[in-house]
Parts: sequence; C-alpha cells; structure tokens
Amino acid sequence: MAAALVISALGLLGLVAFITALVAGGLAALAAVGGLLAMFVFLAAVVLSLVWLERKYLGRLQMRMGPMRVGPFGLLQPVADAAKLVLKEDVTPAWVDRWLFWTAPLLLFLPSYLLWVAVPFGPGLVLRDLDLGLLYIVALSVVGIVGILMAGWGSANKYGMLGSLRSAAQLVSYEVPVIIVALTVAMMAGSLNLSQIVEAQRPVPYAVVQPLALFLFLLAGLAEVGRTPFDIYHAESEVMGGPYVEYSGAHWAVFYLAEYVNTFLVAVMVTLLFLGGWKGPGLPPVLWFLLKAYLVVGFIFWFRGTFPRLRIDQLMALGWKALVPLSFVNLVLTSIYLFYGWPWWGMSLISLAILAALGYGIHRQAAARKPAITLVPAVEVRSAR
Amino acid sequence: MSEVLDSFHPNLSAALDEVVVTVEPAQVQRTCQTLRDDPRLKFDFLRCLSVVDYNDSLQVVYHLWSMEKRQKVVVKADLPASNPTVPTVVPVWRGADWFEREAAELFGVTFEGHPNLKPLLLWEGFEGHPGLKSFPVHDYQEW
Amino acid sequence: METARRLEPVEINVNMGPQHPSTHGVFRMVLWVDGERIVQVEPYIGYLHRGTEKLCEGELYPQIITLFDRLDYLANFNNELCFCMAAEKLMGLEVPERAQYVRVVLCELNRVASHLMFYGALGLDAGAMTPVMYAFREREHIQRAFEAVSGARMMHNYFRIGGLKEDVPAGFKEMVRDLLPGLEQGISECDRLLSLNEAFLARTRGVGAISAQEAVEYALSGPMLRAAGVPYDLRAVEPYSLYDRFDFDIPVGTQGDCWDRYMVRVEEMRQSLRIVRQALEQMPDEGPVMAAGVRRMPRPPKGESYMRTENPRGEFGVYLVSDGSERPYRVKIRAPSFASVQALPRLLRDCYVADCVVVLGSLDIVLGDVDR
Repeated sequence: MAAALVISALGLLGLVAFITALVAGGLAALAAVGGLLAMFVFLAAVVLSLVWLERKYLGRLQMRMGPMRVGPFGLLQPVADAAKLVLKEDVTPAWVDRWLFWTAPLLLFLPSYLLWVAVPFGPGLVLRDLDLGLLYIVALSVVGIVGILMAGWGSANKYGMLGSLRSAAQLVSYEVPVIIVALTVAMMAGSLNLSQIVEAQRPVPYAVVQPLALFLFLLAGLAEVGRTPFDIYHAESEVMGGPYVEYSGAHWAVFYLAEYVNTFLVAVMVTLLFLGGWKGPGLPPVLWFLLKAYLVVGFIFWFRGTFPRLRIDQLMALGWKALVPLSFVNLVLTSIYLFYGWPWWGMSLISLAILAALGYGIHRQAAARKPAITLVPAVEVRSAR
Repeated sequence: MSEVLDSFHPNLSAALDEVVVTVEPAQVQRTCQTLRDDPRLKFDFLRCLSVVDYNDSLQVVYHLWSMEKRQKVVVKADLPASNPTVPTVVPVWRGADWFEREAAELFGVTFEGHPNLKPLLLWEGFEGHPGLKSFPVHDYQEW
Repeated sequence: METARRLEPVEINVNMGPQHPSTHGVFRMVLWVDGERIVQVEPYIGYLHRGTEKLCEGELYPQIITLFDRLDYLANFNNELCFCMAAEKLMGLEVPERAQYVRVVLCELNRVASHLMFYGALGLDAGAMTPVMYAFREREHIQRAFEAVSGARMMHNYFRIGGLKEDVPAGFKEMVRDLLPGLEQGISECDRLLSLNEAFLARTRGVGAISAQEAVEYALSGPMLRAAGVPYDLRAVEPYSLYDRFDFDIPVGTQGDCWDRYMVRVEEMRQSLRIVRQALEQMPDEGPVMAAGVRRMPRPPKGESYMRTENPRGEFGVYLVSDGSERPYRVKIRAPSFASVQALPRLLRDCYVADCVVVLGSLDIVLGDVDR
C-alpha cells in the first residue's frame, strides 16, 4: 500500500514534473519562435527602411528627389514595391533545374537570417548570447554562397553561371581578410562573445585603436555582400543580375531581402566590433546602436553613388595582394602590441601610420597619372595643309 | 599621280573638288595597293566605299584620304551588271571589311578574296539585293 | 569498372544582345569566353536597318532631311548639315553667313549634348550610377535650347538646302550665351566626378588600346582616331562651313585606350563651347538665313559630290549622286559608328568579359548610325 502510495506519489510528481517541463519547454520553444518571428519582423522593417533610405540618399546624391509619390516623402514606396513583387507572376523558365532553382533563395536567405540569433542589440538584448557568437556569424555568413551558386547553376543561364562563379571566387577570397580581422578584434577583447567584445571597448572603441583593421573589414565586408564597387557578380551592365537573372516575383524578393539583410549585417558587425556597439552618452543603448549601424549603411550607400565597379581580376588582386597581406600584418602587429602591453594609443599610432602610408602611396600613384591628352591648336593643323 | 598609276591605264578626270581615277575592275586591288604604298601618295585612309547602280553597270567608288599628305582621291571601277565582280581591298585597308560586306549584300557585288562575305544588315533568309534600282522601293511584301 | 572522367576546360559562347542593357540599342555580339577571358567576338548588326539609302532615292530632297535626323539620333543637326552641304556643294550654293553661324552653333551644341550622353553611358557601363544623372542635367539645358529653335527636342528637321527653315527666335544669342557658363561648370563637375576616379582608371586605362597605324587601317575616325594619337579633325584638316574662322584646340591622346577616348571627348566638349562662344560673337544680328534663288524643290545639277563633316562619332560622309531630277539618284552614307563597330573584335583582343561593355561604351556607337 505504502509502496503503491510512494509510487503513485512519485508518478504524480513525475507527471507534474513532466507537464511542468513540457509547459516550460513549450514556453521556451514558443519564446524562441516568438523571438525569431520578432527578429524577422524587425529585419523586414529594417530592409524596408534601407530600401527607402538608399533610394532617397542616392536620389539626393544625383540631384533627384527619389521616391515622392507613395506616402509622405515616398515613405510607403518600399511597401508598395514589396507588395508588387509578391503579387507578381513567378516565372519558371523551361530549362531550369527545379530543385536547385526553388531551394536556392531559401538557402541564401535562411543562414543570413539565422545568424541574427547571436547579434546583440543592446546590453542583454539578444536572442542567444552565444559564447562563440563571432565564430557563429562568420561561419553562417559563408553558407549563403551555396545558395548563389545553386541559383546560378539551376537557372540554366550563362549569365547566371558567370555571375555565380564570380560570386564564389569573390566571396571565398574575401572571407579570408574578414576572418583575420575578426580574429584580431577577438584577440584584443579576449573573447568571441559579441556582448563581451562591446564591453571590452574601453576606454575607446576599436575604431580608434585599430583604424587599419576597420578599413580592411569595411572593404572586405563590402565585397562579401557584393555592394558597389564590388557588385561584380550581379553587375547589371555585364551579367544582368548574374545569379538572379531568371528569378521574378516573390523568389526574387527573397534574394533582395537577403542582400539587404547582409548589407545591414556588415554595418552591424562594424558597429559591434569597431564602433563600440550600443555605448554612447545620453540616448538609450538600442538607439545608439541603430544610429551607428545606419551611419555605416549610409557610408556604404555613399560608395555606391560614387564608384564604378572593379573588374573580377582586379577584385581578386585587391583581395589577395592587398587585403590578405595587410590583415596578416595587422594581426602580427596586434599580437606584438598585446604581448608587450603597450598603451592603446601606441597601437592606434602604428595603425594610423600604416593607413597614412597606404593613402599616400595611392595618392602618389594617382598624381603620377596626368591626363595623357595633348591639345593641338586647330590653327597648326590648318596651316599644315 | 599619273606617273605612279600609269601601269594601270587609268582614266583621270576631275569632278568638283576631287580627282577621279577610273580603272578596270581587275586592277582595283593593285591600284589601291599602289595608292596606299607609294611614298608620294600614301592614301592610307579609306573614307567610304560605295556602289552606284547605273542599271547597265554597277560602279564601285572608293573615297580615299592620305593622313600624311592631306590629299584625297576617288577611285572608280565600272562592273558589268550581269557579273559584278571586283577584287577585295580588305588586304589593303582592314576597314573595308564591313563596307564590302554591306555592298555585297545590298548590291550583289562579289568581292573576290574577301575573308568573310556574310550578310550583314538584312534579316536571315532575305532574298534579293535591295540596293539595286530594279528592287522596288515601296511595294514589296514585308514579312 | 570505373570510367575515367576528365574535366576539361571548355569555351562557352555567350550571346550579348540585342536586348542586353549595355549594348546601347539593338546591337548583338556573340562572345566565346574561356572563364572570364574573351577568346573571340563576333558582332551582329542590322536590327535597326531601315534602308535609309534606298529610301532617299524615292524621296524629294527636302524630305530626305528628316531621314537624316533618324540616322545618328544623338547628333541630328550634324547629320542634317552634312546632307545639306553635299547638295549645296553640288548646286554651288552660297549659304548666307548668318545661317552658317547658326548652323555652327547648333552643331557644336549638339556635339556637347552627344558627348554628355556618351559620358553618362560610359559611367553606367563601368558601373557608376551617378555620372549619367549629372550628364543628363546638362544635356537637358541644350535640349531646351534646341526645342526653342526648332520646335523639337530630337528630330529637328531645321536645316534646309541653302540655309535654315526659318530664322532663329528672338533672343537666341542671349539664350545660348546664358547657357554657356552653366555648361562649362557642369562639364567641369562631370570631369571631376569620374575622370580620375581610381576604380574608373582601373577599368579604362590600357583597356581596348589600339595604335595610331591600326586605327587608320580600321578606318576609325573622330575621337577614336584622335585618342590613338592622330590629330585628324575634319573641322581643321578640311575646314567646311565656317570652321576656318574659329580658334580651338584638338585634343589628342597617346595610348588609344578607353580612358584616352573618354578624356578626348571630355576635352572636346570644352573646345566645342569655345567655338560656340566665338561663333556667337561673330554672328551678324541681321540678315537672310536662306540663299537667294533656291527653289522649294531643289534640283541639283547632274553630277556627284562627297561631303564629310566631323560628327561627334567621327567622320560622317554623304556621297550624293544626282541625275538632275528632284530626287537623288544615289545617296551613300558613310557612318562613323559603322566603321567603329567593325574594329570591335580587334579592340577586345585579350580582354575580360567585363571589359567588353566598357570598350563598347567607349566606341560611343549609335545603332541608328550603324544600321542606317
């Protein structure tokens, strides 16, 4: 009897524990799903705002108004665009490899969406504060290449294939400097946890300590997401959209979404690794964070309005001959600096000196290129008759 | 100029501000070669290559220019309408390539020795030579 | 049994056009590429062939001028000028000075407009979005002036054999004169925006280079020949109209690459404005704009004439054969773009796929001119 009581009590307990666990687990799962959903909504809002900002900003750079018709100051223009894209017919060309063709957008978008799990937006404001957050983000951001390759190959289009091969070469080679520079930052902070990296930026953000690293990271990051001047794999004047050439409607929208999410990721990573994340006087941390991120985005858009794009061989040369060696030099210098425990301004002086030398070299080269045009007076040509 | 070209039995004349050299069709390539290479002439620039249809004969007209000497000359050759054949001048001036292709397509002139006398302007499968006077301007069936 | 599969590099052929965004119209080329390198190029034209030469044989002389507007649709005045002068040469007409000055002003402005278009398009080809907006802002001013003069923005139909359709509107001189400072400033802005941009230099320097001798051999003309180092500008070499009265410089390059072609054109815009300024100063305020004694349906005497003018794209020639009737017997049009395109396979030797659009852009072809 007693045994039975004990057993039933235990059973009851077990049941209660099980139910509790179930509820708790469910709640946790729900929380996770809710978090992901919230993240999705947030990212969608960010993308819409970026599209609007880019069009407005480029318009202003080019002495235009940008979108003005839909909503006040064209604010609803991206919404209208998105609605149009979703409602559009989704064309499937006859010769595509359907399996690859339809999974490619997902494979590009999912990793670039999932890596936001580890991105902190403020103190404690993160879905999962991973200890290996930096590694996780760097690792996941490479997976998207597979999606681009699949899209290019699957759409049975030569432009698509050219574009996707370009993207593979470009993204793989620029992953190296990105990782090395991220490693440098991790060494300085002594952690791969992004929150701790932000906290470690004391007394000054790493942008001041490591201007060279910031420069390298920004350049390589631009190439990673394929923004001008590195928008080679989807250059519309050469390969007409590259891997995306055969997509339309909602599937194209997914590519578009992934691209802007990635652009925003670069801005966020620059903010976290170099600009001190959410730190700043006065304003709430999240606001500071977004402000900094949008500033970096503005910088990226500015690039787009100013530069032509490079050629693939020049891009590879820049990557392997300039960015990779420089990032290694920076890594070595940083380890020396950390080993001897110099004050932070020592490192920033060294870094600045290298950056200045680089800038001077480029300037010298540019100055040496005088216009090769000579003016022959027409009178001379006429009198030579 | 006449002494340089004497061996080709040219017919020299003047029209407005141009000197016109008329030669036999078979002599065109050699005449042009001489015109280009002779140090006293050096006509290195082919301005224009035209064909004019005079019903019973087709006339090929070369407008030449010398960059160095600042001279111009017109070379003409009359081809029989029944068999319009003339040696190509592509070996003399590379730029003659498309001009000759166009002339061949629109007028049916055969340029002997041309490396690639494919149709250039008209759609694939077009029949006839629309440049000729015998080709109606307006009332032919469009596809 | 394992079958050995060897992976071999293959050349693929890529079809570019006629609906590609950077072919400047309906131009098609087939590229054989080995990875990113171009092995062979074959251009295909004819998508815009309207048989203008044949049409001319069936039209009256005044009607033909409208056809010439539609050849090189970025340099309409220059085309009209060439045809009118070919007929005038045949008829021995003396065009009144005022008409000649107006022609020069309009042609030079048209050259600037055309080069601005080139500037924007080359920027787009190289992947820069902004230049085209700057260029079009400036071009718009010129187009407005054209509209004020001829009533049309593009297909003007304003020149006539023997002069002009009608006198320019009152205040034409002041209007153009007020235009010039803004244009000069705009051109300088364009120059600063793109010319020495590192990425642009990387894309255009040494790309698609051609030597002076080869350029002559390929019958290239205009800015392309000058970029290769030959000071060949018909306005100076064989001055037509009033061009022997103006003082201007001919920009000449050395390398013959895309950048030189670009720089030559940018400099040419400034020189054109110089000519416009001088022409406005010298232009008589009053006077007829039509030669005396020209019939409404001109009939040039039997004979032939070859007239050539310096168009923005190069040497534009009209070979006019007349049999004395009111319709020309034969009109042959020597189109500068036509000669340029045939050099494309040579220019694209050892280039990359991405270069192909830049080189094509630097040729500045107009398909209406190529196909006629």
